[in-house]
Amino acid sequence: MITVTVTVNGRTYRADCEPRRTLADFLRHDLGFVGVHVGCEHGVCGSCTITLDGASARSCCLLAVQVDGAEIVTVEGLAENGELHPLQESFRKHHGLQCGFCTPGMLATAMELLEENPDPTDAEIRQGISGNLCRCTGYQFIVDAIRDAAPGR
Amino acid sequence: MKAAPFEYLRASSLDEAIEALAGTPDARVLAGGQSLVPLLNLRQARPPLVVDINRVDELSFLRKENGRLEIGALTRHRVVETSAVVRSEVPLLAEALGFVGHVAIRNRGTVGGSLAHADPAAELPAVMVALDAEFSVRGPAGERVIAARDFFLGPHRTALEPGELLTRISVPTHRGGWAVEELSRRSRDLALVAVFATVTLSGEVCETARIAVAGAGPTPIRATAAEEALVGGALTDDAIALAAELVAAATDPPGDLHAPADYRREMAAVLTRRAIARAEEGA
Repeated sequence: MITVTVTVNGRTYRADCEPRRTLADFLRHDLGFVGVHVGCEHGVCGSCTITLDGASARSCCLLAVQVDGAEIVTVEGLAENGELHPLQESFRKHHGLQCGFCTPGMLATAMELLEENPDPTDAEIRQGISGNLCRCTGYQFIVDAIRDAAPGR
Repeated sequence: MKAAPFEYLRASSLDEAIEALAGTPDARVLAGGQSLVPLLNLRQARPPLVVDINRVDELSFLRKENGRLEIGALTRHRVVETSAVVRSEVPLLAEALGFVGHVAIRNRGTVGGSLAHADPAAELPAVMVALDAEFSVRGPAGERVIAARDFFLGPHRTALEPGELLTRISVPTHRGGWAVEELSRRSRDLALVAVFATVTLSGEVCETARIAVAGAGPTPIRATAAEEALVGGALTDDAIALAAELVAAATDPPGDLHAPADYRREMAAVLTRRAIARAEEGA
């Protein structure tokens, strides 16, 4: 067992885990951030995407021991003082959630996309979320939600 | 699935990493983890020891030196992809990196990891072969330099000896036009076939041509016969068509449920035609 210390959504946590523990399982099972959704566990579906030291990352493709000392934001960290983040609000407005399984990963991906490109075209949005699979195939509503939340519009 | 248990070492220096790798022949190196962790999760890899090099800062650098781009093995894809120096000095590399996985993967994946993993359908190995890059590797016996062309021996097989670690990638800068043409099942997935090309012109005449193909054989393929056919003449439709046929003839593609070998070979020709035409436009 190895002790891993990480800051998640602004609070520091410390827990022991085996070296083989993925960051996704560490966040979800050891620290209780169940918004981290584990789908394929080999980097294809994007459901476990989180923000790690300011950039999106797949938490199933990282070992928890590898990111000791890192700063992480999960979907639980997006809302502030009970107010949804504008991107979350837009997902709700446009019915971009569907079953909700891919949503945390979609939000993390879209946050980074909009930070780098505040006014993306539909094609750029589709390219941007092409690494995140929606099992409901509800992509149109997700694209609508991201476009509507773009700060540059 | 979940990974089988393994011992874990967080190396703090290159020497410590090499010593650990030399002491356990089946040990695996953990850099970005974007290829290794999925393999661990699927239990396709069950190493007794994982050596984490993420804290070996001396392996993380990117600079122009003596007209070449020097890249530390631990440098992340996204850092190279978005670098202004890379965009101006080795634009083929910058464009190719845009095809490597998705942004979340490129944020973590490393250049050295991708090359040492030696997936024949991956972009970076083929780009390095196209650009005549050189790889520095360090092991218990010291350092040696291997040409990219001699580095890839087969699917997931490289010239790295047990205990050796890829440390630095040296890429000549290039001028002229360039293009990446890739066919994949889903945007930014591994290539079914991908072609990487650069072209320089002197007036109408093709001065240099470099062409490499990913996904069309057990290793990246450098299409030298096609390059030789192009150099010294104008890039007419006929010349490009001949080069495309020579590229297809140089391939030895696998057939699987995603695409039969004949289809991949034909697509290598189609993508070559597009790549050379686009490279010519920018030349």
